[in-house]
Order: sequence, then C-alpha cells, then structure tokens
Amino acid sequence: YLEYGVENWGNTYKSSLQPLYIFQKRAIRIPPPAKYGGRHTVTLIPGDGIGPELLSHVREVFRFSCVPVDFEVVHVNSAAETEDDINNAITAIRRNGVALKGNIETNHTKPPSVKSRNNLLRTSLDLYANVMHCQSLPGVQTRHKNIDIMIIRENTEGEYSSLEHESVSGVVESLKIITRNNSLRIADYAFQLAREKGRRRVTAVHKANIMKLADGLFLQCCREVASGYPEITFDSMIVDNTTMQLVSKPQQFDVMVMPNLYGNVVSNVCAGLVGGPGLVPGANYGRDYAVFETATRNTGKSIADRNIANPTAMLLASCMMLDHLKLYDYASLIRNAVLVTMNETRLHTADIGGQGTTSEVVQSVMRVIQSKGQLTAEL
Amino acid sequence: LCSPEAQQARADAVFKVTMVPGDGVGPELMTAVKEVFKAGDVPVEFEEFHLSEVQNMASEERLEHLLTSMKNNKVAIIGKIHTPMEYKGELASYDMKLRRKLDLFANVVHVNSLPGYSTRHNNLDLVIIREQTEGEYSSLEHESVAGVIESLKIITREKSRRIAKFAFDYATKKGRSKVTAVHKANIMKLGDGLFLQSCAEVAQLYPKIKYENIIIDNCCMQLVQNPYQFDVLVMPNLYGNIIDNLAAGLVGGAGVVPGESYSAEYAVFETGARHPFAHAVGRNIANPTAMLLSAANMLRHLNLEYHSQMVSDAVKKVIKQGKVRTGDLGGYATSDEFTRAVIANLVV
Amino acid sequence: MASTMWRSMVSQVVLRRPVLSSASFSRGIQTVTVIPGDGIGPEISTAVVKIFEAAKAPIRWEERNVTAIKGPGGRWMVPPDAKESMDRNKIGLKGPLKTPIAAGHPSMNLLLRKTFDLYANVRPCLSIEGYKTPYTDVDLVTIRENTEGEYSGIEHVIVDGVVQSIKLITENASRRIAEYAFEYARNNQRNSVTAVHKANIMRMSDGLFLRKCREVAENYKDIKFKEMYLDTVCLNMVQDPTQFDVLVMPNLYGDILSDLCAGLIGGLGVTPSGNIGANGVAIFESVHGTAPDIAGLDLANPTALLLSAVMMLHHMGLHGHANKIQTACFDTIRDKKVLTKDLGGNSKCSEFTAEICRRIQDLD
Repeated sequence: YLEYGVENWGNTYKSSLQPLYIFQKRAIRIPPPAKYGGRHTVTLIPGDGIGPELLSHVREVFRFSCVPVDFEVVHVNSAAETEDDINNAITAIRRNGVALKGNIETNHTKPPSVKSRNNLLRTSLDLYANVMHCQSLPGVQTRHKNIDIMIIRENTEGEYSSLEHESVSGVVESLKIITRNNSLRIADYAFQLAREKGRRRVTAVHKANIMKLADGLFLQCCREVASGYPEITFDSMIVDNTTMQLVSKPQQFDVMVMPNLYGNVVSNVCAGLVGGPGLVPGANYGRDYAVFETATRNTGKSIADRNIANPTAMLLASCMMLDHLKLYDYASLIRNAVLVTMNETRLHTADIGGQGTTSEVVQSVMRVIQSKGQLTAEL
Repeated sequence: LCSPEAQQARADAVFKVTMVPGDGVGPELMTAVKEVFKAGDVPVEFEEFHLSEVQNMASEERLEHLLTSMKNNKVAIIGKIHTPMEYKGELASYDMKLRRKLDLFANVVHVNSLPGYSTRHNNLDLVIIREQTEGEYSSLEHESVAGVIESLKIITREKSRRIAKFAFDYATKKGRSKVTAVHKANIMKLGDGLFLQSCAEVAQLYPKIKYENIIIDNCCMQLVQNPYQFDVLVMPNLYGNIIDNLAAGLVGGAGVVPGESYSAEYAVFETGARHPFAHAVGRNIANPTAMLLSAANMLRHLNLEYHSQMVSDAVKKVIKQGKVRTGDLGGYATSDEFTRAVIANLVV
Repeated sequence: MASTMWRSMVSQVVLRRPVLSSASFSRGIQTVTVIPGDGIGPEISTAVVKIFEAAKAPIRWEERNVTAIKGPGGRWMVPPDAKESMDRNKIGLKGPLKTPIAAGHPSMNLLLRKTFDLYANVRPCLSIEGYKTPYTDVDLVTIRENTEGEYSGIEHVIVDGVVQSIKLITENASRRIAEYAFEYARNNQRNSVTAVHKANIMRMSDGLFLRKCREVAENYKDIKFKEMYLDTVCLNMVQDPTQFDVLVMPNLYGDILSDLCAGLIGGLGVTPSGNIGANGVAIFESVHGTAPDIAGLDLANPTALLLSAVMMLHHMGLHGHANKIQTACFDTIRDKKVLTKDLGGNSKCSEFTAEICRRIQDLD
C-alpha cells in the first residue's frame, strides 16, 4: 500500500510543480482586509499642517464612542527626498484596505522627479474615484442655500499623469492622458452612485470643444454609460461655464462627473459655496482600497497648531469611512452629533464666522454623542 | 452627507456578551468571571448557553440559539466543550462545529510569564497564532481497506494567507518585530509547503516585520531550550494545538494562559490551553487566572480599557503577592478564595 | 535475559534458551556495520571506535559508505555492499548524513528507513548531570512509529491552492509499534507505557492506533498503560517531565515529542537514537546535523553518537560494557574539566575522547 503511495506522490508532485511555480511569479492577490472579531484596523496618515491635530480629535471621538476601529499610524515625512515613507504608507493601506489621512505637503521647490506624495498614493492604489458631497448646512451662513451636489472626479489620469518634459529649451510639454477604460470606469461609478442615492441627473464636465480627442473620448464614454441608466438624465457642460453657473445658480446641479483637473477646480468651488474647506469631507475609492480625507485636500499650514482649525470636514470624512466599513450605527451617531453641533448648537470655528476653538467643537460633539445614550468610554 | 439608510444607533447601557460555560471546570470559571465583573461594576451582561456533548445537551437547536445570540453580540466567552473520544459515526466534534459555523479561523494565545510566579523560564512573552478551520482537523477520515485508515489534512492557499495576514496584522497592531512560521514542509512538501509559501508572500506586505520559519520539531526543542528567541509564531492547526500547550506549560500551565479566537466578525474569549479538567469539577481547585485574564482581554476588545486594566491588574497583583494561589501554582487556596482575593484587589 | 525485541521475532530457538543466547552474544565477537557519515561524522565515529577499544567491547567494525545510487529501473537505492553488510550483521551505527537539497535523490535516512523497514524510532532521554538545562531528572523514552501516519508522503493538489495530505494509520503498523513499546518497557525495566494520541479530533485514525495499543496492553499486565492527548502531554512535559516513562505514538507526534524531549536534556548533541526494523535489523545513530562549519577541526562533540552506541550495546545484551562506557561519559561531563565547546568547555574532540577512555581504564 505504501509503495503505491510513494509512486503516487511522485506523480502528483511533478504535476503540481507547474502551477505552484507559475503562482510564484504571479503578483500577490489581495488578501482580505484587516478585520478580526468585528474590529477593523485602519491606516492613519496624519500628514502635515492641521492633519495631525484633526486626526487626533477623530481618534478621541472614536475612542469615546467605542468605535471598533484600531488605527495603525504611519507617518510620512514630506521633507524626505526618498519615497520610502510613502511606499511604506501605501503598503500599510494595501494590508488594511482603508485609510484616513491628512494632506501631505508637496514642496514645489523640490526637483520635478519628486512627485506629489498624495498623488503617488492615489495612483499606486488605483483609487480612481474621488467623491465629495457638498451640502448646505442650515447653521452655516453662506450666500447660497440648499446646495446638494455630488462631485465624482477621475483621480488617476488626465492632467495628473506626471508626464512632463522640456522638449527643447524653454518649451515644456505636459501630457494629459485620457483612456477609454478609465473613463468608462469613472462614468459607471458616477451613474451607479446616482442610482443608489436616488439622484435624477448626472452632468459630465469637460472641455471637448478644445480638447476634442481627449475630452471628447471622456464625453463619449459618459454617453455610452448613460444609455444604461434610462431613469437618470444625462447632460454635459463645459468647464468654464460650469464654474460660472456654480457661483450664480448652484442649485441646478445634482451629480457631476469629470476628469481629474476639472474635478480639482470644481470641488474647490463647491466647497467654497457651502462654507469652506473646513466643512466638506472627501473619499477616494478604488476596487480594493479606500482612502478618506478632507474634500479640498488642504494642508492648512497657516492655522496649524493654533486650535482654530475646523474639525468638521475630517470628522465627516471619518463618518464616510465608517459607512465604508459598514459600521453604519457609529457613522450616523457621529455624523448626527457633528450636524447638531453645526446647526443647532451653532458652535462654530472662526473659518465660518464663529468664536469656538477646535477642541470646543469636538467637546460639543462628544457631549451630543453622550446625550444620545450610546455607551461611551470615560471622558 | 453620503449617508446610507441610517440605522438607529445602539442605545444600550451595557454590552451584551454570549457566554458558554462548557464542560468540566468551565462553569466554575465563569462564576469567577461573573463575580469579579459584578464586584468591579463592569457594564457587561451575559447571555448564557449551556452546551455539552458529554451531558447530552448538544442538539442542533441549541447550537442555532447560540449562533443567533452570537450574531447579535459578536463577542463571546466560552469554556471548553469537551469532546468524547469514542467515535460514534460523527467525525466532527461539537466544539469544532461551533468554530466552523462561526468561522473562527484564528486562535491567539499570548504566553506571558506572570511576575511573581517563578518557572523554569521567566519573562517569557510570545504569541502563538494558530489556524483552526482546516489542516488535520478536517474531519475527513475513512477506512480505505480493512485495518487501514486514511485521515486527510487539507491546506488551502486562501486560508493559509488569511492566517498569515492575521499574524502579521496582529504583530503590527501589537508592535511586535518578528513573525515565525512553524511547519513541516520538509516532509509535507505540498501541504505545509503551500502554507509556508503563503506566509512568505504575505510577509512581503510587512517590510518592517522580520519573517522567519522553523520546522515544528525543532521549534518544540527550541521552546524548551531557549524560548526567548520567538516573538509571534504562526502555524497550521495541529501544530498550534501542540505549541499552545507546550508554551502554556512553560509559564505555569493551562490555568494561567488566556486565549482568544477570531473570525472577521466574531471574537471568542477562552483559556489558552483548552482542557475541561473533568477531574477538578466540583472540587473548587481550578485556577480562574486564565479565564479572568481572558475576560480582561474581552473588555479591551469591547473598548472598556479601564475595566480591562482593572481586572487584569487585580489578577496579576494577587499572583504577585503570592499569598493566595491555587494548587496548580503550588498554593493551597480554593478557586473561590482566589476569586475573592482578586475582588479584594480591584481598584475601582 | 533476552533484551532485544528482534531476537524474539527472528528466532524462536533463541527465545527458548535466552540465557545461553545472551551468553554467546557476550562471549563472541560481533560485527557491526558502521556508517561514519558526512561532515563531523568521521571524527565522532573514530572517537566512538577508540572508546569501544578502551572498553574492550567485543565489537568488530565493518565500515561502509552510503551514497544513494540509481538502480535498475531508475530507483534510488542503498549501495549493495552497504545493504549486504547490514543484512549480514543486522546491527548498524551511523553518523550524520547530509540531506541533499534538490539533488534529485531522496534523503539517505529515508532510503535506509525504507530499505530495512525501520519501523520504530527509539530515543531515551536522560538528564545529564553537569550539563545544565532548566530540567533535571528527565528519564523517559519516546517510541515513534516511523513508516506511516502523516509522513506517508501521499499528497495531492486537488485544485490550485488546495492541497490534501493523507495521514495513513494501519492496524498492522499500530499493533507492531505498540508491541515493540511494551516489549521495550519490559526488557528495560520500565514501569509504564503512555500512548499519545489525538483521537478526540482524528476519531477514526488515532482511534485505531489507540485501540491497538489497548489491545496489546492486555498482554502486558505487568506494565502500566496510560493514554494521553498530545496537547496534554506537551503541557505536562514542559512542567514536569518526570511523570513520563515510555511514550508510544504515531509518526508526526513522535517526531515532535522526541525533539522536544531532546530539548529538555540539552539538545540533539547529547541525545541518542535507535531505529528498529523488521527481520532483526537495528540502526543506531546520532540525529544531529553534519556541522560542516566545524568538520575536520577536531571540535565536534561525539556524545550523541557514543550514547547511541551505548544503546546499541544494550540492545545486543552487552549491558556491562554499555554501563561502563556510559558511566565514563557522564562522569567526564559532570567533572566539567574536559569538555567540547558546545558542552561549555574548551577541549578538542580528541581530548574529550581520551578523557573518556582514561576513565574507562580507571573503572577496570
């Protein structure tokens, strides 16, 4: 009997060698994210400027609310020439699946070979969809009321390709890349989100009158995808007109989808409309990973460490993250507390005309959480 | 703000935890936990389920009730559900069924010397992580010809990577520096080979953590000779069973080492070396240390850091003082006396 | 008394007249096949031969080298002269052999095991006074089934990413190892035999093993029989190894426990080992590595091979010589004056050997 076994072993061993060998050469498949016993591990990148203080407030609120999330803190030194730090952060996100980050400063005086760490992170992890939701808060004084716009921005290509060169002295070419695959992918994401959220209209923002091929392709892809969503109205708008329309009559917009650079512009305009960079959260989604941050990605160096930054955007970003982790209870608990503080308590920081400090706002949020009867840890 | 269908936030004043006392001294240990929690005013409420294969309380229905409770609570504290040795046609034991249903793939035993209780090896601090859903515990056995039994050991890439990742995630979270995979790939070239390969691949995601491997028999030998060389150990099912017990023996036995099992959703807290201690039943001699420390770990898992610290500090203080010790640690105290000493040392 | 298992199996005649037979064994000169091995193997084999000469052990050595060769039909095999020598002498002593990595042929140890059907691996673990470990008073024997179990070598890739390894437990092999364990216990004045198993999980396979042990135990009423779970054994072993006597178990558990026990007494450098095969063959060996880094430098520690040789003498019924050599060896270690580096001294292998020889002569 054993003899049979040994013979058999020889054969199976040989036949199995091949797939094993092939496997070794294949890239590592994505292992499941770090979630054990209902607790998640999330990568936390404090970043620069106001990032560290805002994120420490988020941690405090999470601890206070007994949120089953543990943070793996990864520091990225923006002054370093090498990419070790950012690669380390990227690897950390690869294993945890989800990150919450402050913005990492990009030093413009560095040689062009030093790429933006933020951009590197998004492209390496293929976080193709940047999503932000601009909504007027009743408690915050702004010129326009009742704004409710979702902006979906392609996040990996377009003008942010980092392909630039000086073809002849004094002439610099910067390449903008638009691909069919990525355009279809972002359009599909936008329409799916619109359907999920029960939205009526999707507007593609472009400049196809000038960039006929590139933006033309983008527009074409959006149209193709739109045909699969008959219940959603599709239209398009040229980017310069869009910005004008936004500041004059922002209520006309519902869901907007656009390539990278326009997204950068439009999102900042919209954030300004509802009260500024301190209020709006942002998320970057890929197939496998998700990174959450403030929508406008400012470092806020000028107001760092003065206890005056508005914690709202980062707190709301953490709520988006909790939604992504399917911790809906905790997400709505914290989100409601933030909104109550903004709209009812009206404890505001200076950026939206208030007198409150950052920590006062956070304290107020925690008081609201406690008043909801949720079991909380010691203050 | 991008909110999904928001559910009502949990408004309970206490955390609910599923409790399965199990067989042997399990119920006695649970009583100790309950008494200490009560004395420490710990905001935890237990939902008790009595399951036992030996006492004929092992119906599918009971298991279903338990699972429903687990679905709500996510966290449980359990004693050992004893598996009778006699083979009665059912290859999978009740205990294994429970673990499989909850998909508790990772078992963690943190072997930590107790200050004040001296053993042959002091100041030990190592973590044993064991895959516990496949491997030798497949329950696939058959008699191919009369007198010849084949027992199948199953190793899959998916589960090997999952446990490897768990080990590295654990090491990252706890700030540990090295993970060692334990295997027998020199003999089981395909099975353990796959396990080892999976570990090596996952290790690439953790450049800051050192990765090594060691053959199981050598590992056992090294553990009794120089256990300080190990940090986090990760291994397939059966080897884990061996190393868990061996390492528990190094620091004082099954009565002092806490353990925990995880799936993605659930966390189960138990003793590190799982024995029913049937001979100790009703004699008031079992050592509640392991279960109390495990309960403290449970509190930490529930975000009750303060209460967790309170319970574990009290237990460690009693051991360190050395006045009240159970028989397994060379003392003369009963289980109750030990529990009372812990309560007396709670700093609320 | 007939102290070896194989004689009872090979020759009924001998069994009937045990006193005579062991006398004839002691009187006549026995030939033993010696396989020096690789790395430090030749040095430590020479040391053993020297010590045996000093003890006037009635052994004639027949040296054989083993390198796997390819036989007809492409099968790897033990060289014929080595096989023929072993077949004739029945008893062998073997130094460490280097395990080829990806050399195309299986390890020589495996080949020897298969060729001579070495079904039982026996490792007595005895604390050595003077060589300090955290454990004292260890005195136990592990007996490991060596032909089947988890090391059946049958593995399949079912689909990519799923491997199935088969653990094989047979009635015959289980009975054979159990019988050997009890026979060993009886012949070596041991009190109890503990079967180590995991029948709570592997209910059929380990269940079969356990059942056979129980059956065999019925025939050895003078020996106490116990059963224990593998994990419990591990737990108790590191806390109090003195409670164990003879342990019998399937392949993998034996592999693990025998190394664990070696660890208790100081590692593979001081642990002897014997392999018992069918038809009266027995090969004694040191189970440590070939230590190529110190090979030829006269630094190696011959203790493991020497104690294996002592085991061999016991197996052959030459208890007098065995005890003399063992006493000299242990005395040398206890005195701590002449020790090799791994034992904590500064002496060379040859000096350590000479010291043992001197003590043997003093004992006479």
